[in-house]
Amino acid sequence: MVAYLRRHAAYLVFAVIVMTIPAYLSDSYYLSVLAFMATKFMMALGLSLLLGQAGQISLGQAGFVGIGAYGAAILTTRLGWDPWLAMGTAALVSATIAGLVGMPALRLKGYYLAMATLGVNEIIYILLIQLKGLTNGTDGISGIPPLSIGGLSLSGPRAYHLVVWGVALLMLRFSLNLSNSRVGRSLRALHRSEPAAKSLGVDTSYRKVQVFMLAAVFASIAGSFDAYYVRFISPESYTITFSIILITGVIIGGLRTVWGAMWGTLVIVILPELLKRVNDDITNLVFGVLLVAIMVLWQGRTRGLWQMVREWRLRSGPGGPGPPGAEE
Amino acid sequence: MTFEQFLQYIFSGITSGSVYALTAMGFTLVFNATQIINFSQGQLVMLGGMIAVGLYGAGAPLWGAFLGAVAIVVLVTVGFERVAIRPLLRKGVLAQVIATVGASFVFETAAMLIWGRDAVTLPAFSGEEPLSVGGATVVPQTLWVVGLTIVIVVALQLFYRKSLFGKAVRACAVDATSARLQGISYSRVVIFSFALTGAISAAAGVMITPISFMGFHSGSLLGLKGFAAAMLGGIGNPVGAVLGGFILGIVEALGVGVVSAGYKDAIAFVILLLVLFVRPVGLLGTKMVNRQ
Repeated sequence: MVAYLRRHAAYLVFAVIVMTIPAYLSDSYYLSVLAFMATKFMMALGLSLLLGQAGQISLGQAGFVGIGAYGAAILTTRLGWDPWLAMGTAALVSATIAGLVGMPALRLKGYYLAMATLGVNEIIYILLIQLKGLTNGTDGISGIPPLSIGGLSLSGPRAYHLVVWGVALLMLRFSLNLSNSRVGRSLRALHRSEPAAKSLGVDTSYRKVQVFMLAAVFASIAGSFDAYYVRFISPESYTITFSIILITGVIIGGLRTVWGAMWGTLVIVILPELLKRVNDDITNLVFGVLLVAIMVLWQGRTRGLWQMVREWRLRSGPGGPGPPGAEE
Repeated sequence: MTFEQFLQYIFSGITSGSVYALTAMGFTLVFNATQIINFSQGQLVMLGGMIAVGLYGAGAPLWGAFLGAVAIVVLVTVGFERVAIRPLLRKGVLAQVIATVGASFVFETAAMLIWGRDAVTLPAFSGEEPLSVGGATVVPQTLWVVGLTIVIVVALQLFYRKSLFGKAVRACAVDATSARLQGISYSRVVIFSFALTGAISAAAGVMITPISFMGFHSGSLLGLKGFAAAMLGGIGNPVGAVLGGFILGIVEALGVGVVSAGYKDAIAFVILLLVLFVRPVGLLGTKMVNRQ
């Protein structure tokens, strides 16, 4: 028991903090920021597994968020489905599309995979606008029902907070377990060297498609949650720009561990809120500068902001040079 | 579709195809020098158009706005190469992808902050009176776009094939290490390639602005289509880039006629995905594209 607590201390502390927030926070603005943080965290988790563990870049996550949101919205408003069932169905659709796209796309590497996922995102975006009969085009879909559990509506910010963060914590637990498992090790192995991983018996193409589908499912579920929370969706939330912001977050947070997704989410949620007070439009400028600066300063190493600060302090301290960072 | 309509679509396809060809050429120049795909390529085209509109609005003559835009974008790309690309040469694809994606964000948002959110336009280089060719109408700007594109492509080919420095650049594209052993300054080749890319992209942006407006957000789509064209022709192959650009432009224009204008932009991505999945070396390419 004690060993269990110690091993999972970070997770447990995080879970307790997050789940008790509504007990002492009632400000609706902060609660709504936290609600969006939960879904961004889900998206970042999937991307962190894909990019951080398996080393496969996707610049198209917003497309899967869009499928999740539109799937949920269309199935509930047009067909009157239960919101949870709609969420699950949308996630299945996302997984299927991710699988179909991923099989050929993940054979490509680096630039080509980035461009292919970018292209997929753009096609999904164009379809959301053009399939007017289904998606209502640029006007978007309104009147999406809120989530409920057994007849109990979750439209209140506190109840919603518990549910959305509950799911996000489950996904975090799942991601941590995955990264500590044989699968996680094989993902990191194929990240370092695909031929080496292959020669050790890792079915690399299968694993890559698998983690790509998992990231799509996480993104899709997050998109559905947002749709039920805001009750209105329109295509411009699911552009390539948003995909790149997600990537920014995961990279700022650090790619080495799944926890990087949490730090990254904090940055991509809080930074825009702070910058909004200065000028709404400079957010992307700051993100862009951050991306370039991080890459140039870190020389392609996959450390997060905090690890970099720690190593910098170690290096400038009396202890001499710090431990070398993991090289690509 | 009548013959006149068909001709009309072909003309419109050749016009946008010229811009795709020049954008694809920008990808090719940078790729050959550095093996990097510059994700901010489209934003350089956009910057060219926006800067020209800004200069023209400030009272510069049209030709002055054109040259000024080219000069400023060249400065921007050289600065970008110095700050972001040089430290990342040979530092892994992931870092390079992310750094150039970050640069695309910077260019795009900077353009929005400077010139606002509205799409802008320039007057045509020589009048708006449409000409009639075989029953289809052609605006004079189309002739400018196509003509200048041909001039640029031919000049580039002459430069690369005939001049000593051009040959040095090609040597670096084949094998940078061997080229350096021959005494070729690799860093000069890289910075030159970026400057040339900036100039070509800016020229493309200025030329197309009178026909199809330019907004801060136009760059990402242009960049993706330019990349689709470069991949279609075979990445790293300048002739392929031009060929890919024109094919993409014409297929897209015919697609508008056959399918619907709303799906126009999707055509390029479907082509891009098909090429990536089925024949990653493109039509004319020979290089392996599965480098890590």
